[in-house]
Amino acid sequence: MSKSAFSRRGVLKSGALAGTGLALPTIFTASSAAAFTNDPTGSSVTLGFNVPQTGPYADEGADELRAYQLAVEHLNGGGDGGMMNTFSSKELQGNGILGKEVKFVTGDTQTKSDAARASAKSMIEKDGAVMITGGSSSGVAIAVQGLCQEAGVIFMAGLTHSNDTTGKDKKANGFRHFFNGYMSGAALAPVLKNLYGTDRNAYHLTADYTWGWTQEESIAAATEALGWNTVEKVRTPLAATDFSSYIAPVLNSGADVLVLNHYGGNMVNSLTNAVQFGLREKVVNGKNFEIVVPLYSRLMAKGAGANVKGIHGSTNWHWSLQDEGSQAFVRSFGTKYGFPPSQAAHTVYCQTLLYADAVQRAGSFNPCAVVEALEDYEFDGLGNGKTLYRGEDHQCFKDVLVVRGKENPTSEFDLLEVVEVTPAAQVTYPADHPMFAGGALGSCNSGA
Amino acid sequence: MDAILLQILNGLDKGSAYALIALGLTLIFGTLGVVNFAHGALFMIGAFCAVTVQRLLSLSYEVVDETQKDFLGNPLKVKTSYVESWFGPEMGGAIIDWAVPIAIIFAIPIMILIGFVMERGLIKHFYKREHADQILVTFGLAIVLQEVIKYFYGANPIQTASPEALSGVANVGALFGTEIFYPVWRIVYFFFSVVIIGGIFSFLQFTTFGMVVRAGMADRETVGLLGINIDRRFTIMFGIAAAVAGLAGVMYTPINSPNYHMGMDFLVLSFVVVVVGGMGSLPGAVLAGFMLGILEAFASMNEVKSILPGIDQIIIYVVAIIILLTRPRGLMGRKGVMEE
Repeated sequence: MSKSAFSRRGVLKSGALAGTGLALPTIFTASSAAAFTNDPTGSSVTLGFNVPQTGPYADEGADELRAYQLAVEHLNGGGDGGMMNTFSSKELQGNGILGKEVKFVTGDTQTKSDAARASAKSMIEKDGAVMITGGSSSGVAIAVQGLCQEAGVIFMAGLTHSNDTTGKDKKANGFRHFFNGYMSGAALAPVLKNLYGTDRNAYHLTADYTWGWTQEESIAAATEALGWNTVEKVRTPLAATDFSSYIAPVLNSGADVLVLNHYGGNMVNSLTNAVQFGLREKVVNGKNFEIVVPLYSRLMAKGAGANVKGIHGSTNWHWSLQDEGSQAFVRSFGTKYGFPPSQAAHTVYCQTLLYADAVQRAGSFNPCAVVEALEDYEFDGLGNGKTLYRGEDHQCFKDVLVVRGKENPTSEFDLLEVVEVTPAAQVTYPADHPMFAGGALGSCNSGA
Repeated sequence: MDAILLQILNGLDKGSAYALIALGLTLIFGTLGVVNFAHGALFMIGAFCAVTVQRLLSLSYEVVDETQKDFLGNPLKVKTSYVESWFGPEMGGAIIDWAVPIAIIFAIPIMILIGFVMERGLIKHFYKREHADQILVTFGLAIVLQEVIKYFYGANPIQTASPEALSGVANVGALFGTEIFYPVWRIVYFFFSVVIIGGIFSFLQFTTFGMVVRAGMADRETVGLLGINIDRRFTIMFGIAAAVAGLAGVMYTPINSPNYHMGMDFLVLSFVVVVVGGMGSLPGAVLAGFMLGILEAFASMNEVKSILPGIDQIIIYVVAIIILLTRPRGLMGRKGVMEE
């Protein structure tokens, strides 16, 4: 009687081990054969543009995608070169990145963290994207940034304004060009002081999620430092559409300033409701009632229409800036698409050039080499003046714009006017500032 | 006291939208027995009727003004609307300003037509199917409709203002010897909903057509045996329900800038309203709509939230649970409806 070398138990054990190995996500195993995740070995390199193509921020996502396509065109030597001509670094020559043609794949974040992570994961695993960028929400940015850290690819954040992105949730593989809640507060406070004085009572309506909380904290701290009193901080559900029941209590609260820590559809609706309730015509404590929208976007201002007139806020960038870089970008984008770019388009275009330039300077697509090239990197010519990518938290420090809804717009794009360009020094904070405390940058992960 | 009166007003105007949508939902459920998850989409399409009318009235031609520059530094193309050039700046401006009320005239036939096509083209094939099938197909239809709207109008909200004469605030408190300022358009919306609700009830109560429909709602088979084509009447009622949702949407546009998702935002709440009011009960839907609107407004008061944090987000569902536990058929539900 022959005895088989394979026992039932042994086969089961081997099968289980093999199955576990096969089931492991390729992002955690592929690197064993390469120096780093998705090392581009061919004649091209693939970037992953993860933007909201559906959902409430789809219009911003579409504008981001336009800017990405423009950036790829410029990197590959097409078009007029845009801000590559004004960028202080002259490493990019219009022949792709390190001589490799730039290709891209796109994903739909749907402005949902799980969907955004799934599309980023797919672009990394299936399409071989060496860098992920994009997004129009802090929740999404933080979620995708975490995934990229685990996967060993670089994440160049799109529109994300929460302090947490480069605060408690910062990651070594993640970089943010966009400004944040603290910077909005620091830029707005002196302007608000000049306009409305130091004796004011502020009422906050805040979107109930990470971005809203950090912006509320930042603006309240900045205005309280002026001498303002914070009457009430009211959290509103992110899904809210009619804010009238939150606006009504403001009328009898004794407040003379309403701060709307809302973005997107929330901002459009809460501002519209506030204006409907006559807050702008109201006089409280002998002072005109004022409304402040700390984070402005031209696309959102369009939705709010005439309601934005005379209302102050801050923004990362605006197409009306007259510096060489901004003008070059507006010319490129406007000629190609027929309308001026949004701040979301600007920030993602910059992020693409900054990544490409860092790879070029590092001479490698290795994420750790890119991190090293970007950390404490100073540059100019991308529309916000001299800018520093701080090594300690991977946050860009640059000028911040204080804007106001324009009283007499000359076109459908001419909705905001720049009131003040706040210098970078005024919005810079120490890396260990309490509002950014918690979490650690960690070390870069190349996936090796 | 002022704060309480203010929230009652607020609740009434919130409740107006809930009541109008829930009324349409109940009309469809009561007549055709269909759970129509696409009803929120009809509300949204109504709102976009207003957007479309506003855009049509604002259609303009361009004249190059060499003295002004556009964002690229080229001579600015100044837009002048056809309406203003035809009727003069004053009259033309007034017509554009009144785009939302004018949209009502266009929305009624459009919404009836959409309702008719929806019912004949899709929903009639699901009359004899499970409610789960009806929910799936109408929910799918709602998603398709909102994606179509997003394709043509984009994802961002579109500002659609009320006429200048009806914007601003009115001192409602003067009636009570105090000062309570409330947005004029919201007051208009409340009275508009009262008129529509009154009109629907009168139509069902005092016309022969309404009498047949009510008889059909009570016993469809017997009415059919009398030789009355009840299906045709129910199809017309579907069109009327669609028009009610559409008109609610048209008039809602100045309150909140419409976007493609607004129907879904109202849908779940409106279903809760229907269930609380009692499936198939028209007065129940209206009563529950206003009641839940007022409760939602009160739950948003800081004094309430300081005792029960987060209550504003769940109040409607808490009330729905309590009512269904104590009155399983809802406030005014009829025996036998959804009980087979």
